[in-house]
Amino acid sequence: MNGTKNILIVGVGGQGTLLASRILGNVVIKEGYDVKVSEVHGMSQRGGSVVTYVKYGDKVFSPIIDKGEADIILAFELLEAYRALPYLKIGGKMIINTQKISPMPVISGAAKYPSDIEKKLSEAADLTALDALDIALKVGNIKTLNVVLIGVMAKNTDIPYKSWLDTIEKTVPQKLLDVNLRAFDAGYNLN
Amino acid sequence: MKKQLLLGNAAVAQGAYEAGVVVVSSYPGTPSTEITECMVKYPEVEIEWSPNEKVSAEVAIGASFAGGRAMSCCKHVGLNVMADPVFTASYTGVNGGLVFCVADDPGMHSSQNEQDSRHYAKASKTLMLEPSDSRECKEFTKLAFELSEEYDVPVFIRLTTRVAHSQSTVEISEREEISLKPYEKDISKRVMMPASAIKRHEVVEERQRKLVGYAENTPLNFIENNKMSVGVIASGITYMYAKEALGDRVNYLKLGMVYPLPEKLITDFAKLCDTVYVIEELDPFIEEHCRALGVNVIGKEKFTYLGEYTCAMIKDAVLGEHALQFKAPLENIPVRPPVMCAGCPHCGTFYVLKKLGLTVSGDIGCYTLGAVTPLASVDTTVCMGASIGMAFGMSKVRGKDFTKKLVSVIGDSTFIHSGITGLIDIVYNKGINTVIILDNSITGMTGHQDNPTTGKTIRGEATKQVDLVKLCHAVGVDHVVVADPFDVKNFEKTVKDEIEREEPSVIIAQRPCALLKTVKYSGNCVITDKCRNCKMCTKLGCPAILNSSNSPKIDKTQCNGCGLCINVCPFGAIEKS
Repeated sequence: MNGTKNILIVGVGGQGTLLASRILGNVVIKEGYDVKVSEVHGMSQRGGSVVTYVKYGDKVFSPIIDKGEADIILAFELLEAYRALPYLKIGGKMIINTQKISPMPVISGAAKYPSDIEKKLSEAADLTALDALDIALKVGNIKTLNVVLIGVMAKNTDIPYKSWLDTIEKTVPQKLLDVNLRAFDAGYNLN
Repeated sequence: MKKQLLLGNAAVAQGAYEAGVVVVSSYPGTPSTEITECMVKYPEVEIEWSPNEKVSAEVAIGASFAGGRAMSCCKHVGLNVMADPVFTASYTGVNGGLVFCVADDPGMHSSQNEQDSRHYAKASKTLMLEPSDSRECKEFTKLAFELSEEYDVPVFIRLTTRVAHSQSTVEISEREEISLKPYEKDISKRVMMPASAIKRHEVVEERQRKLVGYAENTPLNFIENNKMSVGVIASGITYMYAKEALGDRVNYLKLGMVYPLPEKLITDFAKLCDTVYVIEELDPFIEEHCRALGVNVIGKEKFTYLGEYTCAMIKDAVLGEHALQFKAPLENIPVRPPVMCAGCPHCGTFYVLKKLGLTVSGDIGCYTLGAVTPLASVDTTVCMGASIGMAFGMSKVRGKDFTKKLVSVIGDSTFIHSGITGLIDIVYNKGINTVIILDNSITGMTGHQDNPTTGKTIRGEATKQVDLVKLCHAVGVDHVVVADPFDVKNFEKTVKDEIEREEPSVIIAQRPCALLKTVKYSGNCVITDKCRNCKMCTKLGCPAILNSSNSPKIDKTQCNGCGLCINVCPFGAIEKS
C-alpha cells in the first residue's frame, strides 16, 4: 500500500468515538498493518469536541493527521463534521451522522448553529449522510450508533467483511454482540 | 510474544510490570493517569492513589530504599509538587530501581501551563529517557529500572500528550520476577544532612560523568545517515513527525535519552551535515546544549516555543515545502468548549456564588469551568490547592469588607492534595475566610479516581474515609457546615451566613458527581406554559437547557432529570415528566 490510510473520527464527548477507534485500530492490526491511533482525553468527558486519528499502512510514523490529509472523515455530529472539513484530503470521503448537539455558545444564545451544513458539505466532499441514531434505535440499542457508522466506513476500505465481524466479536461485551453485529450490517449495507 | 495495540501510558505500565515493579504510587493528572490505572490488573503489584505527588514520590523512594523496584507517575505540574524529595533522591541514589514517569502537555489540552519537564532532569542531575511511541514506552521503561540500579540514580521517563495518548503496537512479554535487594542501614547514603550530603554531591558529579559516557554509546541515541546535506536532531514525538515529514531526505540523530545529552555523538553528527536542525517542542533544551558545544544549529529561530508541532510545520521549515491544499468552511463555526455536565453539582454552587456577586478564588478541577459564561463566577486559578492561600493573600491586602465578599472553592481531592495546609494558615494567622469544599465524592476531572475522602482504594476496596468535617474542626475551624448545592435557597443562606462571620469557616457543598454510576436521577425536566421567559434556568450553565428567543427549551436527550432547574425557577414552570 502506498503511504498511509488516514481516518479522522470526530464527535462530541460521550458519543462513543473511542470505541469506534478501538475497533478500527484492532481490525487493521489483524490485517497485518502498522497502525497508530491518537486521541485526546482530559476534557472529553465534559461535552467538548473529540478528535481521534487512526492511521495505518506499511509503516506509520506520526500519529497525527494534518489538514488536507484525511482519506475518510467519520463524523458523529453535524457541526463537528463541518469543523473537520479542512482535514479532508481533496477528493476524500466524508461519512456523517446527521445528529445535532448544540455547543455552549448556541445553548447560551451567543451563536447560531450553522444552517444547511449537510448541503454545504455535499458540495465540498464525497458525502454519505445518515441518521445513525435512528438506525441504531431500529436495530435495538441507541448506543450502537458508533458501530452503525463503523459499518458504513468499513464499506469504504479494502478490509474484508469478515475481519470486521471477528474484531467486533472480540471488542464488544458478549451480551451486546448480536445487536452490535446487526448495527454493523445496517451500516455496511446502507444504500 | 503477543502483539497488542496499546496506549503509550498502558505501554509504560506494561514495561514496569515486565520489569518486576513492586510498588506504583501516583496522584492522577492528565495525560499521565492511565499508567497507574492500568496497573490495577496486576494483583502482585502494590499500587495506590496517593494524596498528592510529593507523597507518591516518597512512597516510591521508600520502596526503592527497602529494595523493591518502584515507580511514581504524574503530569508535568505534578512534578513541581514532587520536586522536593526527587532532588534529594538524586543524592541518595536507589536500592531497588526507581523510576519517575512525567507527562508533559504541549498545547495544554488539559493543563494550566506548558512547562518543559526536561529541565528537571538537568536540575536534579538525574537521567531522563524520552520514548517516541508505545513500543519505546515499554522498552524504555524496562531499561529505566536497569539503568537506575546500574548507575544508582532515579530515572525519569518523559512523555508528551501525543505519546501518552496514542496507541501503537507493542510486543508483550512475561514479567521478570526480581528478588528484593537486601536492605542494610547506611546513614551516609540515606540520611541527607550536611556531612553526608556533601560527600554524596561528589558521588552525583562523578555519576554525571559516567552518564554522559553512557549517552555517547547507548543504542537509545543513534544516527541515521542518509548521505544528505541536512541533518535533524529530534527526540520523542517530534522524531516521528520529522520522519513522516522529511523521510529519507535528511540525516537524523534520534535521541532516546534526553539527559544527560551526548557531546561527541552530536559533534560527529554535525560533521556529516552542512545544516543541522534541532526539532523539539517547548524549550530549546537540546538546542542550547548543541550551541554550548559550539555546534551551529537552527532551532527556535524557525520553530515556535508554543504548542504542538505538526508534520506540515516541519516540512515547511526544513524543506520550504508548503502544506497540502484543503477546503475550509466559509463561515465562523461556533466553538464547542468543554462544559459542566447536566446534573453537575457545581452548577448549583456557582449559580449561587454568581448571584451573590462574590469574588471566587478557584482551584484545579472540573469546577475551573465555573470561570466561563454563563456561570462566570471563578476569578482565579493557578495551581492545585492555591484557592485557599491565595484568598488569604487577597484578604491581607484588601481587608475585612472585601473578605466578606470572597470565598475559596476547592474540590474534595484537591483539598486533600494541598488545600489543608492553606486552611491551617488561615486558622493560625487569624484569618476570617470562608472556604467551600466542593465534595462530589470523587476525583472528577481526571476521569473518576478514588481519593482519601471516598472510602475506597484504587482497587475499589473499602478503606477508612477521611471525615472532612472532623478534619476541618481538628485544624481549628469552629464553623463547618454541610450543605447541598442543589437546595439552592438554603445553600444561598448558608453562604451568606458564613461569609459574614469574622472567623474562619468551611462549607462542605456535598452532592455526588452526576456521572457516578451510583447517581440515579430519573425522568426529564420539562418547561411548561407557566414560563415567563425570565431565563433564570439558563444561568445554571446546564448543557441541556437551550436559550432561545422565546422561552428556554430543555433538550430531552441531554437532560438527566436532576431537577436543579426546578429549584431555581421562580414561577414553578419546570416540571418532571
